[in-house]
Amino acid sequence: MSAHDHQQQQLKQQQQQMRVNDIHDEEEEEEEEEEEEENEQLQGEYAGEDYYGSDVSNDSGTESMPWIAWFCSLGGHQYFAEVADDFVEDDFNLTGLNSIVPFYKEALEMILDLEPEEDSTKVPDVSIVEASAEQLYGLIHQRFIVTRQGLQQMADKYQAGHFGSCPRTYCQSTNVVPCGRYDLPGVETVKLYCPNCQDIYSPPSSRFHNLDGAYFGTTFAHMLFHIYPELVPNIPNKIYAPAIYGFKISEYSRCGPRMQWLRNKQDPNLLDVTGKLIKDDENAK
Amino acid sequence: MEADKQPTSYYIDRRIDGWTDEWTCSQLQGVHHESALANPIVQPSFVAFENLCISPRYLCSVLTMEDYTSGSDSDYTKYWIDWFLGSKGNEYFCEVDEDYILDRFNLTGLNTEVQYYSQALDLITDNLDETLDEEMRDIVEKSARHLYGLIHARFIITTHGLTKMLEKFKKCDFGRCPRVLCHSHPLLPVALSDIPYTKSVKLFCCRCEDIYNPKSTRHASIDGAYFGCSFPHMLFQVYPQLVPPKSTDRYVPRIFGFKLHDVAKQHRYQDMVREESHARIMAGIEGLPSGPTAPASSSAKEQQLKNKAEGSPSVASESGAMADIN
Repeated sequence: MSAHDHQQQQLKQQQQQMRVNDIHDEEEEEEEEEEEEENEQLQGEYAGEDYYGSDVSNDSGTESMPWIAWFCSLGGHQYFAEVADDFVEDDFNLTGLNSIVPFYKEALEMILDLEPEEDSTKVPDVSIVEASAEQLYGLIHQRFIVTRQGLQQMADKYQAGHFGSCPRTYCQSTNVVPCGRYDLPGVETVKLYCPNCQDIYSPPSSRFHNLDGAYFGTTFAHMLFHIYPELVPNIPNKIYAPAIYGFKISEYSRCGPRMQWLRNKQDPNLLDVTGKLIKDDENAK
Repeated sequence: MEADKQPTSYYIDRRIDGWTDEWTCSQLQGVHHESALANPIVQPSFVAFENLCISPRYLCSVLTMEDYTSGSDSDYTKYWIDWFLGSKGNEYFCEVDEDYILDRFNLTGLNTEVQYYSQALDLITDNLDETLDEEMRDIVEKSARHLYGLIHARFIITTHGLTKMLEKFKKCDFGRCPRVLCHSHPLLPVALSDIPYTKSVKLFCCRCEDIYNPKSTRHASIDGAYFGCSFPHMLFQVYPQLVPPKSTDRYVPRIFGFKLHDVAKQHRYQDMVREESHARIMAGIEGLPSGPTAPASSSAKEQQLKNKAEGSPSVASESGAMADIN
């Protein structure tokens, strides 16, 4: 029970931090992008110092904070859920990751806040382990968020709007979820999936442009809406019709509409397996 | 202008091209000041326009543009317009030619739309005397910004306005499409309503033909009426070579590598819709010569051949410019 309480406390702590971060974000978005980038750099430097402070000399204020909570509280890491300790501790969940992540053992120790073993002094630089720990955490995160517990956490984050909203006008700022297009790290950065238009978008803030898409994976976004179908927004389907002085542009025009199929959405229950409208067939008979 | 040399094979193209070459000169220039002002109904002899039912003020704003030279005068630093364009959040606006503002005909009807119209106009053209108190000046300032926006909406669909906005489009001043499969294609501002104070400005992507909200809250609060519903489409009618090739790529959701049944059904439906519309368009284009546009499309074919012979370098350079954007 005490462990559970502790975890819940951590969760609350994290959520508070998230909120603080969010407020901070909103303020930042008001600024120009350049300023935002400057801030990011500052934060990055600060994070680095913080990191060395907590692990090398153990004298900073964050020493009481577990690594995972600290990592998720960093600027630009708002998309991450906090992976439960027992999930990381179960070796079975980490199968195969040791071949992908360099300095796997050291990185895992860092994530779990374990004291480094005496014989592991081969590490040339702490910052390398830091990068490995980030990658390892990301890949564990990819596996964690498709479990029941992870999905629950991410569903809460989704409902709280931590991932932002869809930029498409007719999606009426519905919430989006992070997703990747590849499951292997180092291929592409994170994208945002909109459950209404079923399309993917780049995150608006440049701070997410160096977050790996593999940390969220290809599966998570769709698993979430499969398990929680009530989260799928119900927004009337609208297709933009280009017009000049109120007159629609003819299809026959060279620059007339050609992409309207893309946003043409139908209730899947009204479609048969070949994609035809079932009603049409009945009428034909 | 390259646009004029383009083959004008389709219905609307012919009309728009008509604006830029046939209808430019003496024939109409006399009309807009005298008879159009006195009798603001489009003359039936304006064949190219009667079916489009364009309001006369727009019609003439298009036409009056022709006698303007480029507004590349020196020393604009002290001017109100320069200050306005330089201030934060106004990056979407282009510079409206002073000649355009000074021609009262282009401002027809705006005096009922804007409070303190004459003071606001004086402020825009830097003729306002400094005797106003601060409170009044703030009000006039606000009116001036509103007035400038409304003039801007009319100006950017004129020939010169379009070229100015084209430059901004090529520089990606309006941002890039957030949709991943559009590969950061440049956007254009568009409105959902021409009436001021109704909807904020949106951004149109010509690759996916959809509209998006501006990223920054500063831009998201600009009134859409300062750009108008027609602007991006007018731009592509005049510069059809800027329309990128359409792609059938789309995002396919997968769980552990397996496609989802419901989504796959919808995608099949979309494919069906696309194929149907493609077939319809192809059939329609072939059927066009039998209609009233027959001479146009046959001459378009000739023009196309001519273009192949002589005009192809200019087309290539234009598409090359587009490639630079990407």
